[in-house]
Amino acid sequence: MKVLTLNFLTCAVKTCKASSDSFPLHPKDAELASDDVELNPQLLVNLLPRIDWNALRTTSTELGFPQLPEQPPTAEELQADEKMLKDLHTLLMETQLMEGKLVCGHCGHEYAVREGIANFLLPSHLV
Amino acid sequence: MDYLIRFSQSHETFRLPEIEALAVIEGIDMKVVSYSLESPFCIVSLPSSAAAKQLIQRSILAMSVHELWGSGGDLSTVHSHVRETTSHLWERYMTCSFKFSIDSYQGSRTADEKVSIINSFAYLGFAGPIRMRGADEEFTLFEDWEWNSTPLGIPDPKYYYFGRYLGSGARDLPKKLDLKKRRYISTTSMDAELALVTANLALAAPGKIMYDPFVGTGSFPIACAQFGAVAFGSDIDGRSIRGDEKNRTLKGNFEQYGLLGRLGGMFTADLTNSPIRRVPLRYDGDGVTGRLFDGIVCDPPYGVREGLRVLGVRDPEKCPWVIPKGKEMYKDPDFIPPRKPYSFLAMLDSILQFSAETLVDHGRLSFWMPTANDENQEIPVPTHPYLEIVSICTQSFNKWSRRLITYRRIPDVEVDPRAMKAREERISIGKTADELNPFRKAYFSKFEA
Ligand SMILES: C[S@@+](CC[C@H](N)C(=O)[O-])C[C@H]1O[C@@H](n2cnc3c(N)ncnc32)[C@H](O)[C@@H]1O
Repeated sequence: MKVLTLNFLTCAVKTCKASSDSFPLHPKDAELASDDVELNPQLLVNLLPRIDWNALRTTSTELGFPQLPEQPPTAEELQADEKMLKDLHTLLMETQLMEGKLVCGHCGHEYAVREGIANFLLPSHLV
Repeated sequence: MDYLIRFSQSHETFRLPEIEALAVIEGIDMKVVSYSLESPFCIVSLPSSAAAKQLIQRSILAMSVHELWGSGGDLSTVHSHVRETTSHLWERYMTCSFKFSIDSYQGSRTADEKVSIINSFAYLGFAGPIRMRGADEEFTLFEDWEWNSTPLGIPDPKYYYFGRYLGSGARDLPKKLDLKKRRYISTTSMDAELALVTANLALAAPGKIMYDPFVGTGSFPIACAQFGAVAFGSDIDGRSIRGDEKNRTLKGNFEQYGLLGRLGGMFTADLTNSPIRRVPLRYDGDGVTGRLFDGIVCDPPYGVREGLRVLGVRDPEKCPWVIPKGKEMYKDPDFIPPRKPYSFLAMLDSILQFSAETLVDHGRLSFWMPTANDENQEIPVPTHPYLEIVSICTQSFNKWSRRLITYRRIPDVEVDPRAMKAREERISIGKTADELNPFRKAYFSKFEA
């Protein structure tokens, strides 16, 4: 799964939703892969207002990518900033999480990731 | 100017909604001048010939589009129409190579008749070479005949249209994505043609983010990716995504079509316990912050055979050991969490609520559902105060039919808070609960007996 996916996913346990610690989930024992994907600036500009920037900064650092600036660029800034486009594209669209776990910072639940597919099914005592 | 769209005469109720969706995607101002479900010929008014070409280039159900030069109930009306409205255009086509053909719907012409009809257009004065293949310009006389006209001995069509060819739809895409040649499919994989139409209705396009919460083998994400979108999906059954032991997988399907770069992410999840981040609905959002998707496309399960299940235990009192066992075992990688049956109507409601929460303004939800239950009781089209119905298309089979319903996420400020309040009250008194679900009742009582 592309790293972008991590910005969309929170803990599936309903009682965790209210807690800010349940997002983003924290990768553990992560194995990453990288694909060559054609850069689409329009996609990144569309994504910008949907991305939770603080969560992305956390994910980026946790996966060993360079620290992102504190504030997200504006759409105009992003369009004009080739390096920023390239960096975001590499992180969000080209990097894949293949194996490992995604851990909730609130309840500690670990969601397994195998062959790039995360499993969010919960046992009955958590639904 | 007016343009003629030549549709295929199939999936009739899907044709206009598809073209209207394409007009939205391309930002083209289109007015429908004449259209009928019984005819493959549709007349629309568009700003330019370039717009006409652009409009239909990714249509699955439109075969071609033509500049309309004339029409009428008989040939002499067509000729006078052509003379009146297009004589200033003729000289443009004086020397180019060209082709003339007749497209008779539900009727036929002998070769001699064809020649004499084509010759009746001689006044156009085209002097260039005639080429049956690769001509610079193609002119077509369309004939709309009464049904069964040949056996009935009807001599002439009801109506004629004459036009200059501009461009074709994407009739090759259903072949490219044909299930028969797809590496990995299941019994519920959506047919390629209809998956592509669904992606069009949901406005899939480059730069957009689409999601299928009942992804199965991935038919909808594949169709969306084919149109340039980045597609996400999930399914309660992880095996459907992971595929079989012969390495036939959902990802492999994307690979087969060269669409891997647009595969966003696939994960195992129950829609009613979804890990997708959401914020509660409000009345003053900016239209995008906190929301993720441009489109949601799916074919939800609607019965036992299709595997309509959610996480949980059906009757915890009867099986008190299930929960403690889950507590003990859930960290085991092979642990399979228990599931319980769920009401189809409640599932529809969950889909609408989820879509209202996660679609950006004007984003679309397009999903399939059966028209009636096993007892032939019509299932009402579900509604939600944040979603406006855009179109309802019906596909009929021998014994049943299903609908493709498309909604538009309206901006928060347009939502009627009273409707939202009424909805919350209805839910709190359990109107969507199982006992009021005749469909599920009929279905499950059969299986449980
Ligand atoms: C009709 S199939 C969809 C097939 C898919 N469109 C394809 O082309 O392969 C319905 C899917 O919904 C899944 N499903 C059933 N209950 C679910 C739930 N509660 N949450 C998510 N997916 C569910 C089933 O496992 C099944 O794969």
